[in-house]
Amino acid sequence: MTGFYGYKRPDGSVGVRNIVAVISAMDNTNPCAHRIADIIPEAQAITTPFGRTQIGHDFEVTLRTLAGIGRHPNVAAVLVLGLSLASANELAGRIRPSGKPVEVLGLQEAGNTMALTADGARIAADLVVAASTQSREPCQFSDLVIAVECGGSDTTSGLAGNPTVGLFADRFIDAGGTIVLSEPAEFMGGEHILSERAVDPEDGKRILEMVKWFEDEAIRNGVDMRGTNPTPDNIAGGLTTLEEKSLGAIAKGGSRPVVEVVEYSEKPSKQGLVIMNTPSAACESMTGLLGGGSHMIIFSTGRGNSIGSPISPTVKLTGNPNTAISMKDNMDVDVSAVVTRGLPLDAAADDLWNDMVAFAQGKLTRSEVWKEEQLSVSRFGPSV
Amino acid sequence: MERTVVMKPTDNVATCLVDLKAGDVEQIRVGDTTTTIAIKDDIPFGHKVALADVEPGEHVIKYAEVIGAASQAITRGEHVHVHNVESIRARGDKS
Repeated sequence: MTGFYGYKRPDGSVGVRNIVAVISAMDNTNPCAHRIADIIPEAQAITTPFGRTQIGHDFEVTLRTLAGIGRHPNVAAVLVLGLSLASANELAGRIRPSGKPVEVLGLQEAGNTMALTADGARIAADLVVAASTQSREPCQFSDLVIAVECGGSDTTSGLAGNPTVGLFADRFIDAGGTIVLSEPAEFMGGEHILSERAVDPEDGKRILEMVKWFEDEAIRNGVDMRGTNPTPDNIAGGLTTLEEKSLGAIAKGGSRPVVEVVEYSEKPSKQGLVIMNTPSAACESMTGLLGGGSHMIIFSTGRGNSIGSPISPTVKLTGNPNTAISMKDNMDVDVSAVVTRGLPLDAAADDLWNDMVAFAQGKLTRSEVWKEEQLSVSRFGPSV
Repeated sequence: MERTVVMKPTDNVATCLVDLKAGDVEQIRVGDTTTTIAIKDDIPFGHKVALADVEPGEHVIKYAEVIGAASQAITRGEHVHVHNVESIRARGDKS
């Protein structure tokens, strides 16, 4: 299957969902964004606990992420809230080039939070009604950007879950798609493999530098990274060292050349395997992947992990037969037959391809249904 | 159904696909050959067993890559985990 039914956007991109986003530009309008989404359940609140008095690169990352979520192809229309219209407009101005409807409201201009909630709910209602008239149309599956994540890893992640995802990644790239692999701290021990696969030697160097930065951070802080990574659940699952975890983790990126390295929430410009520089905490990393425009996230887990991303449907996959049973309510794809019945990885990857097409054209993921969704934009400096 | 898996022929550990018990004797496939190993510890599903003796400081190999160094002598058939292997990377505690 090379086609799927998706939503065509004014900028030429295609979406797998048709979401109206109510984005709060900073901490203090978060309650209003949530209230509006409570009144209009078809709208999705996007909030961050920060945004005020951030400076420099740190502020730029927050703005880039929120703007990236607004421009995201899975988003049909946006309402931006700010403490003042000026702060709302600063963010809205970065979303408008996408050509989609973007509305703004300021709390100070509205008068108070009840007025902002009422005004916002009316606008959100209008946007939801308008978005509901758009139908899915035939699109190319390979026009999508799919991110690959893993969390709650154990040794089945390296044996079944991640190799299945990696094989899917290779096939998706061969069909013309783009795969984003993130969390360079969890390349540690296997970074030379990815570095050698970089098409541009400068990117290869950058991969090594990114990993070294995280390693130096651990050393600068005088800590043994084993205190936090591998995590206690990783260790219980049989993973002994970060190196072992990393070698299993990079398997989900498949085997194709690395065509580009991007920063947190930066949108890939090339087709193929792309590496994004994000911290290893899954929510932070997934927020960067979302900000960078990934349409969907495949999240491989061993011991079990429930987290999903709002906007970007997160497909939870496990190769651990015990987790497939205990976490059935949260899992979308079960590849444990690779471990229990010797199911060939090829067959598992075939199934995953069909699953991903189904999710792309509207099949709901477990994390969407349960609302197991979380956002956290990484911080790279203090507020002042 | 295999009870253990060796990722690459140069590895000195195998991963258990079932819970192994001390005293079990396992036929373990390494590349094109099969080796017989007497299991010395109870080893849970997903954990590793040594295919060879490993001296303290020697590398532990999985996926044909270094995953750490032995922190004490490991003998063939023993459970290989955090009690006898340590990471080489990001060791701020050693700097």
